[in-house]
Amino acid sequence: MGDSQYSFSLTTFSPSGKLVQIEHALTAVGSGQTSLGIKGKINLVALCHQCCYCYIEVVGMLVANIELLMIPSYVRSVIAAANGVVIATEKKLPSILVDETSVQKIQILTPNIGVVYSGMGPDSRVLVRKSRKQAEQYQRLYKEPIPVTQLVRETATVMQEFTQSGGVRPFGVSLLVAGYDDKGPQLYQVDPSGSYFSWKASAMGKNVSNAKAFLEKRYTDDMELDDAVHTAILTLKEGVLTPAEIEDYLQEVE
Amino acid sequence: MSIFEYNGSALVAMVGKNCFAIASDRRLGVQLQTVATDFQRIFKIHDKLFVGLSGLATDAQTLYQRLVFRHKLYQLREERDMKPETFASLVSAILYEKRFGPYFCQPVIAGLGDEDKPFICTMDSIGAKELAKDFVVAGTASESLYGACESMFKPDMEPEELFETISQALLSSVDRDCLSGWGGHVYVVTPTEVTERILKGRMD
Repeated sequence: MGDSQYSFSLTTFSPSGKLVQIEHALTAVGSGQTSLGIKGKINLVALCHQCCYCYIEVVGMLVANIELLMIPSYVRSVIAAANGVVIATEKKLPSILVDETSVQKIQILTPNIGVVYSGMGPDSRVLVRKSRKQAEQYQRLYKEPIPVTQLVRETATVMQEFTQSGGVRPFGVSLLVAGYDDKGPQLYQVDPSGSYFSWKASAMGKNVSNAKAFLEKRYTDDMELDDAVHTAILTLKEGVLTPAEIEDYLQEVE
Repeated sequence: MSIFEYNGSALVAMVGKNCFAIASDRRLGVQLQTVATDFQRIFKIHDKLFVGLSGLATDAQTLYQRLVFRHKLYQLREERDMKPETFASLVSAILYEKRFGPYFCQPVIAGLGDEDKPFICTMDSIGAKELAKDFVVAGTASESLYGACESMFKPDMEPEELFETISQALLSSVDRDCLSGWGGHVYVVTPTEVTERILKGRMD
């Protein structure tokens, strides 16, 4: 049995000090589709796009100074602004019969904040609904947009409550929240336990360790827009292509 | 007689060049009988934000406590002071929560916002905001204050002149009102300092 006698009650610590259900939730995230985010001296927010090999969705959040850009051959359209953050996720469909226009994994919480998830899609919708409501409440009270940190904290609070309340289970998702406010571009990851971290660049889901290692190699503080989008796409493709193909890619870029 | 006139009050705020002033009388009365002559109606929220609460004194004090409470929580949560515009929206929301049993107060909010731009506004007891570029008034002496301010106010005054103007406007107005007076309390706020002065007027 081992841990299993502690895995029924959500709120009972195992002797090793773990909450097993939360560990399981993280496993659900780890087997979900890959998502990533890159923050930098970039602009962007951008739209759905498809490349020739797989379906990838790239979304940027907008802000001031909007400008239209085309990324050669990969991105259909991208909206850009000075300084920003990119979030992207793999949009792999279970069958070619699925209408890909109906799949929307990146969602907008407020005009300046967007979110992408890895893990269970339906769970993410609950969080998106609650976060949007929180953002509206803040807006109604103070008549100004909610700062990214505040929205992230509120969302993380909801996720924590679902680890300690009766009749519920933890969320099977991790979120990457990207946004732009007075403090500049920001990128946060929120986990099922309710803990959250701020990243310069991060990845979640399948192949996290590979994707993170890739981002560590490629990330620089002064990344430009197309550079970040390119890195995002390359990182996602890394899970699809062979190491040799990636090596070719990198050489091509450098 | 209106409950807003039970204690008597005079409040005014004016905008100058990169600064503002906010002033009130010092009388607390019960109808025509004067009870105290050192009553405080202007409160500091932080170094660059002041709120004055005219109307019923008991409600002014309670409302002030609630505003400080909300501002302290905001400071802890967001690790910053509230901008005057944000604070005005908060006051408005707090007042409207009591739409059908309001605080009998008419607030005046004055502060320095982003890049030390002066902001003044007033609202009614249920939170309808009224923004102004020059001056705002409230209290039982508001009618005379309107007249005094309209004739004395000039745009872009320096802090010294602004103090003189707001003080003269206040003192001349409270002499035309039985329910406010007994000197005044004036704050002049610039990006670098806050000057607080107590005025003597007709002490009767």
